[in-house]
Amino acid sequence: MKSLTKAYRPISWPTKGAGGDTGSWRTHRPVVDTQICNKCQICWVYCPEAVIDRQEITIDYRYCKGCGVCAVECPTGAISMEMEE
Amino acid sequence: MATSIKKLPDIEQVLSGNGACGGCPATMGLRIVGKALGSNAIMLLTPSCSVASMGMTPRLGYNWPCINITFASAGSSASGITHALEVMQEKGRLHGELPTVFAWVGDGGTYDIGFQALSGAAERNDNIIFFCYNNEAYSNTGVQRSGATPRGSFTTTTPTGKRQPKKNMALLMLEHNIPYVATATVAYPGDLYDKVVKAKNIPGMKYIEIQAPCYLGWQFDMPETVQMSRMAVRSGAWLLWEAENGKISFNNPSSLIISGKKDAAPVDEYLMKQGRFNRLLKGPDAESRIAEIQGDIDREIAFIRERAKITI
Ligand SMILES: Cc1ncc(C[n+]2csc(CCOP(=O)(O)OP(=O)(O)O)c2C)c(N)n1
Ligand code: SF4
Ligand code: SF4
Ligand code: SF4
Ligand SMILES: [Mg+2]
Repeated sequence: MKSLTKAYRPISWPTKGAGGDTGSWRTHRPVVDTQICNKCQICWVYCPEAVIDRQEITIDYRYCKGCGVCAVECPTGAISMEMEE
Repeated sequence: MATSIKKLPDIEQVLSGNGACGGCPATMGLRIVGKALGSNAIMLLTPSCSVASMGMTPRLGYNWPCINITFASAGSSASGITHALEVMQEKGRLHGELPTVFAWVGDGGTYDIGFQALSGAAERNDNIIFFCYNNEAYSNTGVQRSGATPRGSFTTTTPTGKRQPKKNMALLMLEHNIPYVATATVAYPGDLYDKVVKAKNIPGMKYIEIQAPCYLGWQFDMPETVQMSRMAVRSGAWLLWEAENGKISFNNPSSLIISGKKDAAPVDEYLMKQGRFNRLLKGPDAESRIAEIQGDIDREIAFIRERAKITI
């Protein structure tokens, strides 16, 4: 019963994916070329979704919305936006 | 020097997979604010994109206790909460560092609908941080004009371009004689971070306004949120400054423009990138209307330059 009352209370709890699996919104996928990337973290700081790992510069595609901000801001041109299948 | 990117903390208070548009400047700004405030804070929101972005019950995309309140009451509700916390501490019902109480409100909720309660909270010098994320329109309801919409901008309620200039909200807050006022924008995250850290450690009322270029309302390409924010600053259409106890100092690169060391970029290029000025730029009276916009910018620069000379 406890979980039922929790579910029906008008209170929300901090959770990733509160707007769903927002990666499904993507039309283009940012792909990082690790040969070119210098790990400056500029993409990390501007990503509105917080889906870039600042150390590894890998992207969580489950939630990345494909906005392309990272690709435009990357100073080395290491990120390309590739059309989703 | 503003804090460098690599020195910003890891903490994420804005959770991945929230409901905001891709490239959303409000989310981008809030994420940096979260790094500065940390988790010990209470957030108040008025109806806005940032509320629509929170996600669907029972899930929440921000990692703070969040309270959704009416437009008219952000200032007064934040005041009430901060006073309640102080009383609870006095009575021994709350221990440790008090949470930062902050309001996260759009320009519609700040410049227009919530102005009275904000002004009241400022005049009482209540211990809160009031953030205005300024996307220069009522975006959540389909982009209507607000007091922050600049002259010439198309919105659904200004189909021929807004005829009036915007208010200068940050200066209005400064003249409430509060301990801290600052402006920021998403292209300069280190500057924003430092300002929020500073505000967090000052007792009393703090007002921070973050210019937030919204691709949907301003009609530019989604990946260019940060580019637009940078162009706004370089053209002088947005100025970066802060004021501690009424004393204004300017932040780079706006300080170079104010001191005359660097010329502001002409506003045309900035306007041309935005569909919301399209009709105006293509109209027969384009030249005079651009001159009007440039005039508004020049006047604001001249005004704040002189205001900054008053240091008593
Ligand atoms: C008193 C009242 N009037 C109107 C509305 C409808 N409304 C909801 S969000 C919104 C726009 C808010 O604009 P702003 O504060 O700039 O935030 P933004 O949507 O741009 O993020 C409006 C008008 C409302 N919820 N309450
Ligand atoms: S901005 Fe570009 S170079 Fe810098 S870390 Fe990201 S991918 Fe690498
Ligand atoms: S495309 Fe947008 S959401 Fe995806 S990693 Fe880049 S900045 Fe983040
Ligand atoms: S309309 Fe603009 S401010 Fe609102 S969620 Fe979309 S990008 Fe963000
Ligand atoms: Mg707005």
